[in-house]
Amino acid sequence: MAELPHSALAAAGGLEAGSGDAQGTTVLAAARLVLQRDLTLAFRRRGQLIQPLAFFAIVTMLFPLAISPELARLREVAAGVLWVAALLASLLALEFLFRDDAYDGTLEQYALSGQPLTGLMFAKTAAHWLLTGLPLALIAPLAALSLGAPPAAIPGILASLAVGTVALSLIGSIGAALTLGIRRSGVLLALLTLPLSLPVLIFGARASELAIRGESIVAPLELLGALAVLGVTLAPLASAAAVRISLE
Amino acid sequence: MNWTWFHRFASPPHMYRLARRLTPWFAWPAAVLIVVALYGGLVLAPPDYQQGEGFRMIYVHAPTAWMSLMVYTTMAFAAAVGLIWRMKVAHAAAAACAPIGASFTFAALVTGSLYGEPMWGTWWEWDPRLTSELILFFLYLGYMGLRGAIEDTQRADRTSAVLAVVGVVNVPIIHYSVTWWNSLHQAPSVMRLGKPTLSGAMLWPLLAMLLAFTLLFVALLLVRLRAEILARERNASWLREELAA
Repeated sequence: MAELPHSALAAAGGLEAGSGDAQGTTVLAAARLVLQRDLTLAFRRRGQLIQPLAFFAIVTMLFPLAISPELARLREVAAGVLWVAALLASLLALEFLFRDDAYDGTLEQYALSGQPLTGLMFAKTAAHWLLTGLPLALIAPLAALSLGAPPAAIPGILASLAVGTVALSLIGSIGAALTLGIRRSGVLLALLTLPLSLPVLIFGARASELAIRGESIVAPLELLGALAVLGVTLAPLASAAAVRISLE
Repeated sequence: MNWTWFHRFASPPHMYRLARRLTPWFAWPAAVLIVVALYGGLVLAPPDYQQGEGFRMIYVHAPTAWMSLMVYTTMAFAAAVGLIWRMKVAHAAAAACAPIGASFTFAALVTGSLYGEPMWGTWWEWDPRLTSELILFFLYLGYMGLRGAIEDTQRADRTSAVLAVVGVVNVPIIHYSVTWWNSLHQAPSVMRLGKPTLSGAMLWPLLAMLLAFTLLFVALLLVRLRAEILARERNASWLREELAA
């Protein structure tokens, strides 16, 4: 606890730099500051941003080596491979979501800031999606092409991953918040998060599969959207509650 | 409204004594009813005209599968009560539920697999009900894993309670998405079990077994709850007097 004042000041400084006094700041303004702070910090450490993407690419590469290099066979499993790889990559990235902020006391300052923690958690999760979910969705078409998907499937795959990763980030934020303060939490985080993420995997893989076959992806995409909306409304509440408990 | 009856449940000594007094009232009827239902199911009930003698597996399989969901609901309810009213005993009850529920789920999976082999010709089918049951098992494991990973009891209680409540919101979604996922694939042709319309001689042992397993769950829960209270209150003075008496 000895180093807390210093880091707490830094965190408070980050919040106050753009807002003046904390009293007059609205939730939206505070959330925007948190978002800005997380993005700025992430771009100062670009190496960490690349890691989930590299992991995604490597996992995708494993399947042709393990199954068969024939594109016709790979095309059949391409949607599933993409989604399993995306799920694992987003799981890997979850470890960074709250860990550093819990370690240096920033989360404590957020909880004490007088702003609703739910809004701030939402901002943090949004930043996390912008930094991992969106890049994953952007490189997924490349991986899909390498697995034999036709170029016409690119918009569908992009859309399904862009929407699906929103839900994954939100569900993951609950798991990350619950495992705060547990040492070597990696396996436990997977055990908690993966069962809860299964609906996203099912609808996402279905949407990508339909896109590869050239059919309409509207139905599973709408269900993915519904999951994302449900996540937006409920997940920040749960992760804020979990963060508060971890600070008790 | 008078809430004292409710507050008494929050007192560990009261619950400890209540659990000890109530245990035999659930354990003995459970034991008798299991024997009766087993006799009814294995001996009295006629063999199924389609499934033969193999259908008797249902007398263990269906009640365990039903219990696996009921225990999860009970656990989440206890966890929510603990979270909202900060009742330590409710948290202890949720903690006591988890291993029982995981055992019922495991038993449902094993008996389902044994049931599937003669009926469908396969030990495992990616059928929505089997898959949801497997996922439920992992949810129990996650809950127990999270509880075990946190050393401080109060934090473990509250953190795992959040997980249990999140699970309740998610379990129906998982269940329906798995059903939806399977209906998109070709319908399994081996498995046209559906809901068998059971005749009276076949039905009453099933219902008796359901009741027996529910009583068994309550009895096990009371025993485990006592063990939880003992572990949590090990330094309390009332416990020393209780054990000395």
